Amino acid sequence: MSDPLLVARGVSHAFGRAQVLSDVSLALAPGRLLVVAGPNGAGKTTLLRVLAGTLRPDAGEVRLQGAALAELSRREIARRLAVVPQESHVPFPFSVREMVALGRAPFLGPLGREAPSDRERTERALAELELEGLASRAYPTLSGGEKQRVLLARALVQGVPTWLLDEPTAHMDLGHGLQCWERVRGWIEAEPGRGCLLVTHDLLLAARFADELVLLDQGRVAASGPPSQVLTPERIASVYGVEALVGRDAEGRFVVSPLRSLAGSGRGDRAENFR
Amino acid sequence: MRSRPALAWLSLLLLACIASSLLLGSAQNPTAEIVLQIRLPRALLAAIVGAGLATAGALLQALLQNPLADPYVLGISGGAALAGVAALALGGGLWLGGSAVPLVAFAGALGASLLLYAIAAAGGRAPAHSLLLTGVVFNAFASSLIVFVTSAADLSRVASVFLWLIGAIRPVELPLIAGVAALSAIGLAIALRHAYALNLLAQGDATAAHLGVDVPQVRRNVLAASALLIGASVAVSGLIGFVGLIVPHLVRLTIGSDHRTLLPASALAGAAFLVSADTLARVVLAPIELPVGALTALVGGPLFLVLLRRELSRLPS
Repeated sequence: MSDPLLVARGVSHAFGRAQVLSDVSLALAPGRLLVVAGPNGAGKTTLLRVLAGTLRPDAGEVRLQGAALAELSRREIARRLAVVPQESHVPFPFSVREMVALGRAPFLGPLGREAPSDRERTERALAELELEGLASRAYPTLSGGEKQRVLLARALVQGVPTWLLDEPTAHMDLGHGLQCWERVRGWIEAEPGRGCLLVTHDLLLAARFADELVLLDQGRVAASGPPSQVLTPERIASVYGVEALVGRDAEGRFVVSPLRSLAGSGRGDRAENFR
Repeated sequence: MRSRPALAWLSLLLLACIASSLLLGSAQNPTAEIVLQIRLPRALLAAIVGAGLATAGALLQALLQNPLADPYVLGISGGAALAGVAALALGGGLWLGGSAVPLVAFAGALGASLLLYAIAAAGGRAPAHSLLLTGVVFNAFASSLIVFVTSAADLSRVASVFLWLIGAIRPVELPLIAGVAALSAIGLAIALRHAYALNLLAQGDATAAHLGVDVPQVRRNVLAASALLIGASVAVSGLIGFVGLIVPHLVRLTIGSDHRTLLPASALAGAAFLVSADTLARVVLAPIELPVGALTALVGGPLFLVLLRRELSRLPS
């Protein structure tokens, strides 16, 4: 097996007294879609910041394509790793084309002068994500799904082998959410050596698309492996407080279907207030 | 690229504004002496101050990811004015024909910027209202101290407190104009050098870092550049408000948001704007002169409210 793109070993972090991550380890191999899932407050966002190098963990190490993340400059990291944020609020009317072109930043000089090849990449990414018609529109006027496509196009323009996605489908309806996951899968499969780590709380889409699933619960890895092994009914009940049906569809694909919350029985403290 | 023609047009506009300010005034048939020794230095000073305030506004807006940022609204001009007045009161400001005042005002602007950052930005991106509140409170505080210092030190002969607080282009000596121009030029050069990084910073600190920007370093340099521009401007004109709000807003609407164009365009448009506003302030009630700060606030106040309303409705709650 080839060397992993991104590795975390024994990562722990606390904010004041709150231990947010405890001894988290994971590895993203080329050609894979690794999903980190977990309920709200499980430590997903903190883990993402550690993996992107914007937060230094109290303990443990992250390696990006073989190099210790702590020893790389921001620019060196950006030449290896693209981070796709949640639909972000940008208060200035940058055009879609300008937003997408910013993906070349890690490769440009301080004045950001673009070569013709940089501009070609931008146009290709705009075409690939069907944004040509919107290229001159102001980013803040777009819908949530359109904004997400712009951010994916920006990662595409960055042209790096490793992607980190933060809750990409949080503000999307089912159709746009599915499209986003399909695009990410398509990107990974288009060229060998690419890999993506995606953070989400959406178990249903994770079960459908992930090659490998890391389930976080209260800052610890509750389980990791193929979704069909990680997402047992018992584990979903203990981590999410939800009774769920798991199984395979007619074509053998693994699916999860939530049935009801287990309020009151063990983990159900979240729903108790509504009785 | 539409940026080059836009900058050329703005340069022409600025020249036209300066020319008309030389021709207009309370003297019906001005002598060459009035034009060259009174109106020209004054127009140049208005141009430098307008360029500085508008550019500083654009810098602060990108840095704070907030289109409502303005040197005056954020209280940074207040810090600069307070330091300048204190220097005058202690007598230290009169070295080099008063050219020390811009340097001291720069220190005041820097101090106010750091204070603002420390208070309002504690814990990530500062919400719009906490920034604005901090600025308003700091401005009120600085203004009362300015009144206190000028009254206690009886500075009425050096500069009237009213002109400091409302903001006006005052006649000053040539060496002082040169000093202010030099400080502003340094500030503008630093700003232009970081124009591309500001495009990234305008996306938010996290995104800028993800795209390879050394955020703390850029933030330090840009804060220093904006403090230079604000300190230089305030030292000779007091608290002229809203230029930094109005001008970048109009430039974004007409030319675009790319800071590589936005910054030079804001400088040119800010200069043209304040030269015309000052001309208007001289002639509209002639022979009585309005302080130009009263005019800019008259335009800027309502625009601020419109922008605030739009920002609040857009923000995720």
